[in-house]
Amino acid sequence: MRDQVFPHRHLLGIEGLTPIEINHLLDCSERYIALNRSTHKTTEALKGRTIINLFFENSTRTRTSFELAGLRLGAHVINMQVETSSVTKGETLIDTAVTLNAMHPDVLAVRHSDSGAVKLLADKVNCGVVNGGDGSHEHPTQALLDALTIRRRKGKLNGLVVAICGDVLHSRVARSNFHLLLTMGARVRIIAPRTLIPSGIERLGVEVFTDMAKGLRDADIVMMLRVQHERMKGSFIPSVREYFRFFGLDRAKLSQAKPDALIMHPGPMNRGTEIDSDVADDFERSTIREQVELGVAVRMAVLEILAQNGAAA
Amino acid sequence: MSIAAPGKVAYINARIIDPATGFDGPGELLTIGEEIADVGRKLFEGKPPKDVQIIDCDGQCLAPGLVDMRVQLREPGEEHKESLKSGCEAAVAGGVTTMVGLPNTNPIIDDEATVEYVARRARKQALTKVYVYGAATKGLLGKELAEMGLLAEAGALGFTDATKAIADAQVLRRALAYAATFNFLIIQHPEEPSLANGVMNTGEISTRMGLSGIPREAEIIMLERDLRLVAMTGARYHAAHISTAESVEIIARAKARGLNVTCDTAPFYFALNEMAVGDYRTFAKLSPPLRTEDDRQAIVEGLRSGIIDCIASDHAPHDQDSKRLPFAQAAFGGSGLETLLAVAIGLHHSADMKLIDVLRRLTVEPAALLGLDAGRLAKGKKADLVMFDPDRGWKVVADDFRSKSKNSPFDGQPVQGKVLRTVIDGRCVFSATSGAVS
Repeated sequence: MRDQVFPHRHLLGIEGLTPIEINHLLDCSERYIALNRSTHKTTEALKGRTIINLFFENSTRTRTSFELAGLRLGAHVINMQVETSSVTKGETLIDTAVTLNAMHPDVLAVRHSDSGAVKLLADKVNCGVVNGGDGSHEHPTQALLDALTIRRRKGKLNGLVVAICGDVLHSRVARSNFHLLLTMGARVRIIAPRTLIPSGIERLGVEVFTDMAKGLRDADIVMMLRVQHERMKGSFIPSVREYFRFFGLDRAKLSQAKPDALIMHPGPMNRGTEIDSDVADDFERSTIREQVELGVAVRMAVLEILAQNGAAA
Repeated sequence: MSIAAPGKVAYINARIIDPATGFDGPGELLTIGEEIADVGRKLFEGKPPKDVQIIDCDGQCLAPGLVDMRVQLREPGEEHKESLKSGCEAAVAGGVTTMVGLPNTNPIIDDEATVEYVARRARKQALTKVYVYGAATKGLLGKELAEMGLLAEAGALGFTDATKAIADAQVLRRALAYAATFNFLIIQHPEEPSLANGVMNTGEISTRMGLSGIPREAEIIMLERDLRLVAMTGARYHAAHISTAESVEIIARAKARGLNVTCDTAPFYFALNEMAVGDYRTFAKLSPPLRTEDDRQAIVEGLRSGIIDCIASDHAPHDQDSKRLPFAQAAFGGSGLETLLAVAIGLHHSADMKLIDVLRRLTVEPAALLGLDAGRLAKGKKADLVMFDPDRGWKVVADDFRSKSKNSPFDGQPVQGKVLRTVIDGRCVFSATSGAVS
């Protein structure tokens, strides 16, 4: 039977979702947290169903998280790591979609290095598709697991001040988080050097800061983004050393945020580049491990809903 | 070099000129220690206190020491052309009490250690206060951003690739955006390099002389392009040594649009034109090249109207061997510190500008632009002063320069306006009568 609150076939992004839909996905995720912590971690919700992890880009944690989520729902899970060929990317992608579709999977979890590629694929298949990250566009399950983490720690999303720091320009995590947090009534700030701030970002409703001390002032949540090393060799940022000095999260900069501010990171972390180990490992405030844990619950909820919506179609 | 602790000094019978307040008239000034204690029309009622050293200015001008925002200091790396010692001695003889060096030393100023090295070496001279710009790109190669934040913390006042343009549009865009992060100033040598492989201004003269030209468009195109990127990034941008009439118009339009844009020019470009190249005079081989008479007049007008914010010496010392060559092979650049004030005062003698406005472009404007607490005569400010006779004529004799390099395009020319005394932190560091640098 189709989910009453979230009737969609795919989860391609957060943009366009309503607060009710988002809350529903979070509520459904909540139910699996206890299961994941128990000894016997399996349900039969998706018994006999097939989930394919189709990853056109390297991933360890997200792919593992989707895989575990599928297995714990009792589904068959197949992992496909596909090498992308830059020459025939579009053609290969659609061919792959058509081929896989012929095998009647229930849900595809897809990651691709090109923005919009997951949508292109979703248009060609009959099953449900969940976006596991497309280019610099969206990473909806990451935003949901971040929101779940915040909601459980702070009891709400509405009215919180969330500072997102780092490579916003290239980050799909940041984009999905803007949409989700703003939809849920949080205040979103971004903090980055101007070279890593995409143009027109203010129009999305976020506040832009280039100074960590100002941007972190009285923040409830500090969300650090990973900065890839190839951006650090002078094209966007002069050096790792300079980046850490001005935009790396350490105790001194964190002192501007609220005393109970949470420290979040989507992983994998570059210690000493965007975050100091001292802060990353702060047991009280760092939610980095919790985010990974809740990621499985979120993906279980999403896979379950999409598989059921697909069966009802 | 002995550094006597400055006591109390009273400057009486002076014509006080302070562009910051617009004051130009008879007055007196008292310094105590390193600072200006007071300045006004009549401080002492003819009876200065007994414990004070009295300097009778005899009606001559007393103004803030000059702030020269663009000099090339050849130390470290090319001390045979100029050292911090010879450069500072030339500067105080020219009335310059603060100057800013370009990062094209060897090693290049693209790390904190070099910024600190120059600062420490300059402090030892105890003469003109020396600041530097940091490299905008690593190695001045125009490819990767330099560590602007760390360089600024070490003391760099702004960022530039010195005598090279930041030519790649994407690199400039990112340099501007990165600088805007911290509100740093980017200073551009505005010259499209693919058009600038000649040796003098493109035109009738270059054709007659058979010399390859650098068209005015090299500067015009680069400025037009840069200002699009400035508008896009919201950065602070300063165009160095503008030399064409169109450049003045372009900057005027950018300012009217509200862009955060400033510019300077050098005495070469308002006092000389391409005719100075004359008989293949390599001392007149400058970068950018000397332009047409129409351009020169437009630069004068730009200074008068204020579109051009500052005058900088663009001091570019070279040894004899770099200039005693066929024109095409000779180095670009002219010595400028010791002629800066006199040539600039020429704008006053030609009735183009009031003296106080000439000084404004040499003192408070560059200081404000660079965020330096200098260039004004106010209580509590450091006593950095220049005393000069705006009318006294003299002939430029480059061989008499204190600078190691004698490559002045003004060599042999008569000028009007002589530095009589230069004071830094209350201490006399140059006096024309003794000629000595104390």
